Amino acid sequence: MNGRAKRSPWFITAFLLIIFLVGWHVATLRPAFNPQGKTEEELLLLEFNGDIVATDDGNYMWNPEKIKGVPGPLSVLDKVVTELGEAFEKKGTNDHGIAYLVYYTVSRFAVGFLAASVVAIVLGIFLGLNRMLFQAVNPFIQILKPISPLAWMPLLLYTVKDPTMTSVLVVFMASIWPTLATTAFGVNSLKKEYLHVASILQLSWFKRLYKVILPGAAPTIVNGLRISFGSALVAVVPAEMLLGELGVGYLSWIEWNNLDISGVIFAILVVGTVGMILDSGFNKLAGLVTYQE
Amino acid sequence: MKQEKTTETNRSLEEDLLQEVIEKTVLSAVTQAAGPSRRQLLVGLGATALTTLISQVLPLEKMVALAADPVGKPEKKNLSVGFIPITCATPIIMAEPLGFYEKHGLNAKVKRAAGWAMVRDWAINKEVDAAHMLSPMPLAITLGAGSLPVPFYMPAVENINGQAITLHNKHKAVKTAADMKGFRFCVPFDYSMHNYLLRYYLAEGGVHPDKDVQIRVVPPPEMVANLKAGNVDGYLAPDPFNQRAVYENVGFIFKLSKEIWDRHPCCAFAISKEFATTYPNTFLALFRSIVDATHYASDSAHRKEIAKAIASTNYLNQPVTVLEQVLTGTYADGMGSIKKDPDRIDFDPYPWHSMAIWILTQMKRWGHLNGDVNYSSIAEEVYRAGECDKIAKELGHPTHEKTMTTHTIMGKTFNPQQPEAYVKSFTIHSMA
Repeated sequence: MNGRAKRSPWFITAFLLIIFLVGWHVATLRPAFNPQGKTEEELLLLEFNGDIVATDDGNYMWNPEKIKGVPGPLSVLDKVVTELGEAFEKKGTNDHGIAYLVYYTVSRFAVGFLAASVVAIVLGIFLGLNRMLFQAVNPFIQILKPISPLAWMPLLLYTVKDPTMTSVLVVFMASIWPTLATTAFGVNSLKKEYLHVASILQLSWFKRLYKVILPGAAPTIVNGLRISFGSALVAVVPAEMLLGELGVGYLSWIEWNNLDISGVIFAILVVGTVGMILDSGFNKLAGLVTYQE
Repeated sequence: MKQEKTTETNRSLEEDLLQEVIEKTVLSAVTQAAGPSRRQLLVGLGATALTTLISQVLPLEKMVALAADPVGKPEKKNLSVGFIPITCATPIIMAEPLGFYEKHGLNAKVKRAAGWAMVRDWAINKEVDAAHMLSPMPLAITLGAGSLPVPFYMPAVENINGQAITLHNKHKAVKTAADMKGFRFCVPFDYSMHNYLLRYYLAEGGVHPDKDVQIRVVPPPEMVANLKAGNVDGYLAPDPFNQRAVYENVGFIFKLSKEIWDRHPCCAFAISKEFATTYPNTFLALFRSIVDATHYASDSAHRKEIAKAIASTNYLNQPVTVLEQVLTGTYADGMGSIKKDPDRIDFDPYPWHSMAIWILTQMKRWGHLNGDVNYSSIAEEVYRAGECDKIAKELGHPTHEKTMTTHTIMGKTFNPQQPEAYVKSFTIHSMA
């Protein structure tokens, strides 16, 4: 490796970001309000409807509170600052700060994903160890796997009758199949020598599981978990939107319903940031269990 | 028992309910305790005779008085009430920030839902204790139209008037219903006054709502966004979404719903029969808070204060100016003028049985109900007009002599005594 490649290309990243922000700002600039050619009555109506506001010197300007079209980066920044300033405030049942919303979403996600992973790994090991059972069950898995987790939602809502539980189960449904399929495959394709050695050593069933099967299949299982992780993240946002459960997904829907596009962009940024943090945390964990042949 | 007879006339409502609950409890406890052999004997006596017998031993009167003390303590203080963020729900929502629930001894929090199906499911699944509903919904739920049948009460109407037909700006040339053929409309829910009023209006203009136009269900908060995106031509929707369309410069107010039927009911306060009978004191306290708040909202002097109280993100999440225009009735119509109509929205809790009957006739007319409908008995069961008046009297508000009245809808008189003939009088309908 030479010196040039080692340097992180952060300046290119920063350059791209600046280009993007400046472009965004210029594209959303709006000419100042021009009262020429408008009658007194029209101006009054515009003011009544909140389009313009009177300035101190007797002229009019666009109402800064009412943004038309896509808002510029400055008004999004403004929204970000206000929201982060109130991140830990609870103003009643329906208006919780962003920190709480992130907490709700992450805990919903975590519960669903962990439960699905445990179930999928246990089932996967069983299926992987028993070839005949695996082949018998495989058609079901193949049918259930491609179903969008959101397609389950009405049925879940009808049966469990609880929106919080339903959103957790949607995450569960999203994350169970990839892990199940890859675990079964990983266990099934373990090197036969490993199992032979284990039986020669007369290891107990549990020891065999912990010392041989799980470590052997770990890289494949982790791959499955990674796919599950991604699809669970994708599922949690629309599930909140549809169920009206407080969380970052619901935030973006509420802001859209209120036509507050700065709020929508803020919600998107939050979803992205949360996803990135969770994902990098997961990758660190995954790095612990993989090994080189 | 002698004493009871003399005081019976000025007994208040919760005492009646309490008496019933206590008597039943004591009665069942006694029959249980008596054991199988004597139970038969006791049951043979009949419940009334048995109550009399028990009341000679046990001071039932005193127990009622104790349990009802001071004004019937609510069995359940912490409540959750579901709502949709629209101005129709004003009394239910503002009762939290303006302290009406607190005043009547409750700690109630309002919980915002994104659509009517969601609020209905919350109410049926007991996710909330009571809910803001559309006035046809408790009837539909009780009859099992669109959901499992669950007996519901509608103790009070929230608002009268306050809806409008809003059209996209590209349709400014539209003058009559006939010009709307081929339009795509949205309404907030199948079982809504909006749906029935829009259908009525279109049909009066010779447009068949199931054949000549498309009517789809869209949750109110999503309507302006849909209009803006050009997905729909217009809607008959609750405010603030009519005014919000004007505010966003995407639509104009074509017709206020009061021009179709002045003083029509719209949204309502609803509670399951199970909750009302399990927690009678809580139910009455809630009922009182709602009637109290509704009368407060009816006073036009309070409207600006209310607009400020419910505009925040926690409740309606709307610009204050939009809510003020809706509630004060001085508004920009989107056609270039400012209109004044103080009755654009009003609030009146009294649930006329004749309103329920009109709704049932329209449900039948558009195929939402099949077969014979027992109009007046369903209306009496679900719309709690008598109890509403008792509470109004307690709080010092005007009461009503009748529970039925005639209504005039687009110049035609509806006689609640002849519902079946009314249904048959329509040439445009979707009955099988």
